[in-house]
Amino acid sequence: MNKLSAVSDWILFAGFSIAVLSMPVWLAPFGADYPDLMQRFAIFGLFAIGFNILFGLTGYLSFGHAAFLGIGSYAAVWSFKLLTMNVLPAIMLSVVVAGVFAFAVGYISLRRSGIYFSILTLAFAQMSYNLAYSVLTPITNGETGLQLTLSDARVIDGIAGIEVTRTLPFTNLFGLKMSGMPGFYFCAVVLIIGFFISIRIFRSPFGTMLKGIKSNQTRMAYTGLNTRPYLLWAFIISGMYAGLAGALMAVTDPLAGAERMQWTASGEVVLMTILGGVGTLVGPFLGAAFIKYFENIFSAYNSTNLNQVFDFLPDGIQAVAVDVAGLFVGSGWHLTLGLLFMVTVIFLPGGIMEGVRRLGLLVTGKSKKNKAPAAGSSSTANEHS
Amino acid sequence: MLLDALLLQVLNGLDKGGAYALIALGLTLVFGTLGVVNFAHGALFMLGAFCAVTLEKILTISTKVKDESITFFEAFKEVPILEAKFPVVGGFIVDYSVPFAILFAIPIMLAIGLIMERGLIRHFYKRPHADQILVTFGLAIIIQEIIKHYFGANPIPQSAPDIVSGSANIGAVFGLGDNIVYPYWRLIYLGFSLSVIGGVFAFLQFTTFGMVVRAGMQDREMVGLLGIDIQRRFTIVFGLASVVAGLAGVMYTPILPPDYHMGMDFLVLSFVVVVVGGMGSLGGAVLAGFMLGILQSFASMNEIKSIIPGIDQIIIYLVAVIVLLVRPRGLMGRKGIMED
Amino acid sequence: MSKKTTSAWSRRDVLKASAASTAIAGAPLFFTRHAYGAEYLNNPGSNSTVTLGFNVPQSGAYADEGADELRAYKLAVKHLNGEGDGGMMNTMQPSSLKGNGILGKKVEYVTGDTQTKSDAARASAKRMIEKDGVVMVTGGSSSGVAVAVQSLCQDAGVIFMAGLTHANDTTGKDKKANGFRHFFNAFMSGAALGPVLKNAYGTERNAYHLTADYNWGWTQEQSIQASTESIGWSTAQKVLTPVGAGDFSQYITPILNSGADTLILNHYGKDMINSLTQAIQFGLRDRQVDGKDFQIIVPLFSRLMAQGAGDNIKGIFGSTNWHWSLSDAGSQAFVKSFGQEYGFPPSQAAHTCYVQTLLYADAVERAGTFEPCEVVASLEGHKFDGLGNGPTEYRAGDHQCFKDVLVVKGKENPSSQFDLLEIVEVTPRAQVEYPVDHEMFAGGDLGTCNNGV
Repeated sequence: MNKLSAVSDWILFAGFSIAVLSMPVWLAPFGADYPDLMQRFAIFGLFAIGFNILFGLTGYLSFGHAAFLGIGSYAAVWSFKLLTMNVLPAIMLSVVVAGVFAFAVGYISLRRSGIYFSILTLAFAQMSYNLAYSVLTPITNGETGLQLTLSDARVIDGIAGIEVTRTLPFTNLFGLKMSGMPGFYFCAVVLIIGFFISIRIFRSPFGTMLKGIKSNQTRMAYTGLNTRPYLLWAFIISGMYAGLAGALMAVTDPLAGAERMQWTASGEVVLMTILGGVGTLVGPFLGAAFIKYFENIFSAYNSTNLNQVFDFLPDGIQAVAVDVAGLFVGSGWHLTLGLLFMVTVIFLPGGIMEGVRRLGLLVTGKSKKNKAPAAGSSSTANEHS
Repeated sequence: MLLDALLLQVLNGLDKGGAYALIALGLTLVFGTLGVVNFAHGALFMLGAFCAVTLEKILTISTKVKDESITFFEAFKEVPILEAKFPVVGGFIVDYSVPFAILFAIPIMLAIGLIMERGLIRHFYKRPHADQILVTFGLAIIIQEIIKHYFGANPIPQSAPDIVSGSANIGAVFGLGDNIVYPYWRLIYLGFSLSVIGGVFAFLQFTTFGMVVRAGMQDREMVGLLGIDIQRRFTIVFGLASVVAGLAGVMYTPILPPDYHMGMDFLVLSFVVVVVGGMGSLGGAVLAGFMLGILQSFASMNEIKSIIPGIDQIIIYLVAVIVLLVRPRGLMGRKGIMED
Repeated sequence: MSKKTTSAWSRRDVLKASAASTAIAGAPLFFTRHAYGAEYLNNPGSNSTVTLGFNVPQSGAYADEGADELRAYKLAVKHLNGEGDGGMMNTMQPSSLKGNGILGKKVEYVTGDTQTKSDAARASAKRMIEKDGVVMVTGGSSSGVAVAVQSLCQDAGVIFMAGLTHANDTTGKDKKANGFRHFFNAFMSGAALGPVLKNAYGTERNAYHLTADYNWGWTQEQSIQASTESIGWSTAQKVLTPVGAGDFSQYITPILNSGADTLILNHYGKDMINSLTQAIQFGLRDRQVDGKDFQIIVPLFSRLMAQGAGDNIKGIFGSTNWHWSLSDAGSQAFVKSFGQEYGFPPSQAAHTCYVQTLLYADAVERAGTFEPCEVVASLEGHKFDGLGNGPTEYRAGDHQCFKDVLVVKGKENPSSQFDLLEIVEVTPRAQVEYPVDHEMFAGGDLGTCNNGV
């Protein structure tokens, strides 16, 4: 069993890595092969994968994870402003700061479980957001968002003798500019590392312990085991993932805004994870990619594009088709997103990964009798995916 | 002076609390009985408000008359038919469109609630909360987008009947000076929310139906085993929650011009209210609603903001954290509901 | 330049860089210069078309305003391409526009949703720049978004023509060489309102501010306070309110006991609609304080917002960038053209967006190239007329347009649903002008223009 899963894990990891690194190639037909969107796929995928370590393994639903992402971004931008435009110190600082903050929030929130836990995390995140937007403006630059300025100190860059120009410096990895395609490849590599760590955690005794907590915390407690430290570690790790994702956002685009911490952002990562498949390894990444794709591509259609799309139809029908399709794209892209949520959860309990599994069953021709009961399928079915 | 200010803030708090409590009441009823996390509850509140908007639109269906004041292009202005044909009666009806909207909203909201429960929510009783969140959130987005498509994104003003559009000089009545005035409509809203809350409690307390529902909240399987058709009753409970949220929405329109997003704005807050009140406790939700409303009002006073800047922005969440740390299951929560 | 070439240099960059970075770690900014011959980003070269990016809010609280902006942009594209009646192209003075696109290239456009969030707005603008190859991004309905997108365009190397943004910071603390604002700002609102308020309400007033707790709110509060205090008013209290508070009752009741006789609402959008509606419900306007009628002022007005507030705006003073009832030839031409197309008059947001598009196109024609630095040079200090605001100048020092400001009042007897504001005074430009280094605008630096290569 162990050996088998080890082999399939390596295959999964290799497949995932290839798929991520080759995104510029296979995303082209979908119109999504430009750096910014691919960076977003990688960053939010990482965020969701990290979130899944908490939610997928322990069942604890945090509604405030965006706060860690926001704090990671702020830390990274401050590192750019004060220390250096090199991204490595920024990333390390973000992960540490997010980890410390996650420890504080987790330590308090994990005293409760279920919805009480969710509301505690939500409360902390909303307090962070509201304060960052207003009172903490000296640190966060409020609504406008924390930005680089020409007059920033950048102590380390100064010592290293990097000349000050009249244009803003770029974030870089030892001179390699971190926007555009290099930025994407950097995010992709970080995502792959994050994915690898996630697999290791899922397969480790620690991961097994967390799953035990999910299935029956009381029983775990009866065995004389204190579950809190395990939960706290899971919380901190997923908070650090969020901080890392926040840092990458700042790396590819050095601006940190308060709205990253709002409850809607926390809700988004919850939706990403559920949409992709809670407790699966790849699911959260897929969920994140789907939502970001809809947000960036569907919102960009307008009547001109649609007319081109439906150009093959006769004029009268074309007009109708454009009108109908117009409801779902452009300013109506939210409607499509809502439909996607409903359709997925109604027909594919267990998210996109359940769809993938069913497809796999169809292909291999196995009978459908093996299908796990709808509700529990998410955790059981995808153990190997 | 300070006393006046405090008194007014108590009124503000009660008013706000009334709104919170009404929304939270339905939410917790659905939590407690059906075991469903309903992220579309805010959308029901918003739909209620748009019942009022719709009724007003119907009452002011207009003919298009060429607008002579605009000379640059062909512009039309709208002349409401009802008011044009029957100036007195028509004007009166339009003036009272918000109160009339209550009668209009009850059957509509009930129907929406029943359809929603039958068509969707029912199939999610036994599903994980994660699935419930995703599906109801998706539904909420869809409802919002439909409203946005027909009514636009801008708030649409709704006015209270002329006779109650001013404010009452409460201070003068009690001989306390002129500085304690309060809008009639807000006083009406407070009275309205208290009576709806009272009505729901009485319904659950004193009817057989309510007894079964309360028993169902305690132990659903047990009631089912007794041969009672709990399913049908749950459908009605959902309809009831929908009506309560909708009425809260109708009555709130003169205070807050409704727009398609108002449900989402209230959603998170009402979850906090429900949880602070304690899962499965109707009384807790009401108590928490009023408590948070009043604390929020006090925290917004300049005297307090000058000591702790920004406290009004976070007070609700801060109180939520403190309450949940001091009382593990909120103010009046029962053991074992949504704790895992 | 097509998409392909973009990714071609990028990939090459990566290969070179990855080889290099292993060898010489720490070589600073080694690869900032591009290997390619294109002298500026997204050069349309010999293409027959040029693409502009219209980045407007399509969801969230400002969606209606965004929709109106988009209508104006589509109209502007039509006119630039020589379709329709030409609108303000006929009244613009001086004008190099020929009605054959820009520099003979047909104008195409892409759209995106800012969601009124900095992140989403930047993502959308980046898509336009990286994927659709736009040479100019424009739009937006809030200052936070404008500042965020402006700095993105500066870093990327395209021109940003701001839409509706009213905070001083856009052309103050956060000004950028590649960014331009036609819309007026909070300082100008204050300067224009001052004298009108003095005439209407006298010199002895005690003002109470309710201010949205974020950058724009603060700059407006500061501007209006300075202006009202200069006409002799005192300031009773300044209270910050959370954005999106919904119910403002807890901030309104303390006004009753404050002794103030004037309420200044530094709110915009939904906040403005709600706070104004509720303030009037509390009977503030029926009150008398020391023998003076209580007054409410909304320094930044927009007709779309006024619709949301219904009857409550009647008789309330505010300022606006433009209003469709203006009778100059430019405004009339625009209203006619817009009205015929869509059946109702344009909002001030639509106006500023339309004008910005024409100004950009004209600057490109005059420069003879789309190259951002040339366009910047041709916009800087440019003086023009006939676009609805009278003689106007794009000041070189901060890329802010200087022009007359309209002081308006909610109309008592509107003749139609669009006829909500009446113009009280057209404050001349000289009265609202300020030096580039004015204290409310200090701390910024235009930097140098960026061509993106």
